Amino acid sequence: MSYAPETLAQLERDAKEIIARYPKPRSALLPMLHLVQSVDGHITSDGVEFCAEQLGITPAQVTGVATFYTMYKHDRVGEYHVGVCTNTLCAVMGGDQIWDELSEHVGVGHDEATEDGRISLERIECNAACDFAPVMTVNWEFFDNMTPEKAKKLVDDLRAGKEVAPTRGPNSVCTWKQASRILAGFPDGRAGEGPQAGEPTLVGLELAKQRGWEAPPADAARPEPDDPAAGSQTRGDIHK
Amino acid sequence: MSTTLTPVLSRTWDQPDSFTLAAYEREGGYRAMRTAFGMEPDAIVQAVKDSGLRGRGGAGFPTGMKWGFLPPSSPNPRYLVVNADESEPGTCKDIPLMLANPHVLVEGVIISSYAIRSNHAFIYVRGEVLHVIRRLQQAVAEAYEAGYLGKDILGTGYDLELVVHTGAGAYICGEETALLDSLEGYRGQPRLKPPFPAVAGLYGGPTVINNVESIASVPSIVANGADWFASMGTEKSKGFGIFSLSGHVTRPGQYEAPLGITLRELLDMAGGVRKGHRLKFWTPGGSSTPLFTDEHLDVPLDFESVGAAGSMLGTRALQIFDETTCVVRAVQRWSEFYAHESCGKCTPCREGTYWYKQVFKRLEAGQGTEEDLQTLLDLSDNILGRSFCALGDGATSPVTSSIKLFRDEYIAHFTQGGCPFDPAKSTVWAGEQ
Ligand SMILES: Cc1cc2nc3c(=O)[nH]c(=O)nc-3n(C[C@H](O)[C@H](O)[C@H](O)COP(=O)(O)O)c2cc1C
Ligand code: SF4
Ligand code: FES
Repeated sequence: MSYAPETLAQLERDAKEIIARYPKPRSALLPMLHLVQSVDGHITSDGVEFCAEQLGITPAQVTGVATFYTMYKHDRVGEYHVGVCTNTLCAVMGGDQIWDELSEHVGVGHDEATEDGRISLERIECNAACDFAPVMTVNWEFFDNMTPEKAKKLVDDLRAGKEVAPTRGPNSVCTWKQASRILAGFPDGRAGEGPQAGEPTLVGLELAKQRGWEAPPADAARPEPDDPAAGSQTRGDIHK
Repeated sequence: MSTTLTPVLSRTWDQPDSFTLAAYEREGGYRAMRTAFGMEPDAIVQAVKDSGLRGRGGAGFPTGMKWGFLPPSSPNPRYLVVNADESEPGTCKDIPLMLANPHVLVEGVIISSYAIRSNHAFIYVRGEVLHVIRRLQQAVAEAYEAGYLGKDILGTGYDLELVVHTGAGAYICGEETALLDSLEGYRGQPRLKPPFPAVAGLYGGPTVINNVESIASVPSIVANGADWFASMGTEKSKGFGIFSLSGHVTRPGQYEAPLGITLRELLDMAGGVRKGHRLKFWTPGGSSTPLFTDEHLDVPLDFESVGAAGSMLGTRALQIFDETTCVVRAVQRWSEFYAHESCGKCTPCREGTYWYKQVFKRLEAGQGTEEDLQTLLDLSDNILGRSFCALGDGATSPVTSSIKLFRDEYIAHFTQGGCPFDPAKSTVWAGEQ
């Protein structure tokens, strides 16, 4: 392994913390692969060796796992890894056109990075945001309701070093390596930033409020052990 | 038409701080947990059974019954694992739920773990949703700080550790046994059942695996009663669920309603199919559920009715496509997805989805023949029921249903020597220029 001593020391501290979360050490492998990506940007032989050593398994076992999952990258990834959803729904709603135009604009294809190392592109699968189609991601932050123009401007801004804010995410996107560290289970303290929901998330609730629709009242006379005075008055309860 | 929306899980989502502990408690959150701690664990299991809650992750297995399968005692620790992998194409309910209100899931985990006497729970969340992961991490940290997780919770003597575990990009890890392998640090490949996870799951211990929405529904059942929950929905599909409309509709988004609502009612609420267009086909529950058309607008969206009409309720992922959409293109893309996500463990799925991909390439390019349609159907016969897990079965759904419903459109591709549709017309910005 060719990690600098201080990098290695930090990695070892982090690995110890990850392993301690689980009843069995091997469960730490996925987060640890995210961890080594947060240092190296992608899965390197150093990273594989480190994981193997920490968990007492062979490098081949680590590689076997790392190659199974698409979020572990085996080549250089841009500082900003840009995903375009081209699963059916997004593709039909315009994701295919976004991909074609963006890929040409940036000059790289699927899972390729620009020369300057700033941007890499990936055709991603459904990202559970279909009501915001067409959907993109940057370092796994949501960029909703995209168009080819917005997509190209987004990438231009990222290349120019401008701050860029996701639609549903923190006030600015972090780097690929910082994102990988969060995936390894080390929060960056930015959970409170950004909206709680996007517009489509709220359409049903807003309609219900307009029309005065509610779930039925709670079962009558439910005992409320922590608040006997409340009786059946659970209507203000969040779970109603 | 009389069905109305019933916001329960989504009720507080419009508050800007809805994801914080303070907001959740302001609205009465974590009171059900206190109620639960005053109950016998078995009484909670019974309440969930009585409520009629069925799994919200697609298969609809009765949740209380699943919990009841755990052996009464075992030498190994018991585990609760929440399936937050949400990757079935079209499915987009758990992710906004966890973004807007992660605490309802955490409270559900606490109550459910207590009910099944587990002291260690996991939330397995897909990795490609960074801000959702931040919100989960924060909610769990807040719950520890408040003394709702950890040792001797609220002086009850009950201990619970909860770990947020991030996946790494693999649809198959949503399959419950593949998820367990992945959580144990292996490639995510399904396990042979039996033994079922309830008997031998995570690290060989008795394990309950439930979908996010299933677990998040538990606090409401404890708070409001099993009868309350069962008063919504249909005879065998009780309660409410989040219906996710996407695609060519005027107001796509999340609509929380009793099971049994119809697409006609939901479309009416969502402003209809986008202006100037009409419904062509839709998925009732994600890409793995056979396609429906405008003939199915009045099918009650509950497990039985959708099944009787030839599809599956699945995850209530209603992907709406209008007449500008080429069904061959749509199904081709889904088939590529299944080929990409097939874990390779069994031959029918690994080879079958690969061949789907090859045949569709020819078809969409207008170079197919009627024989190719037969090949697709034969491949489907070889995959369906012969695959090791439900991914393979799911891959056949869009293929066989689309050939059945739109055979002429497949044929038009080769009589015209290419796709008769203009993809530009289906885009969000079509007609805007
Ligand atoms: C390929 C495949 C992917 C799946 N993905 C998910 C998923 O992302 N989330 C989920 O809850 N269930 C998923 N399931 C269903 C799970 O195997 C399991 O039935 C479910 O998590 C049980 O929870 P429930 O009873 O609360 O629905 C998937 C199944 C298959 C075959
Ligand atoms: S059906 Fe497909 S995903 Fe499931 S075990 Fe077989 S190859 Fe793997
Ligand atoms: S299809 Fe793109 S997010 Fe679902």
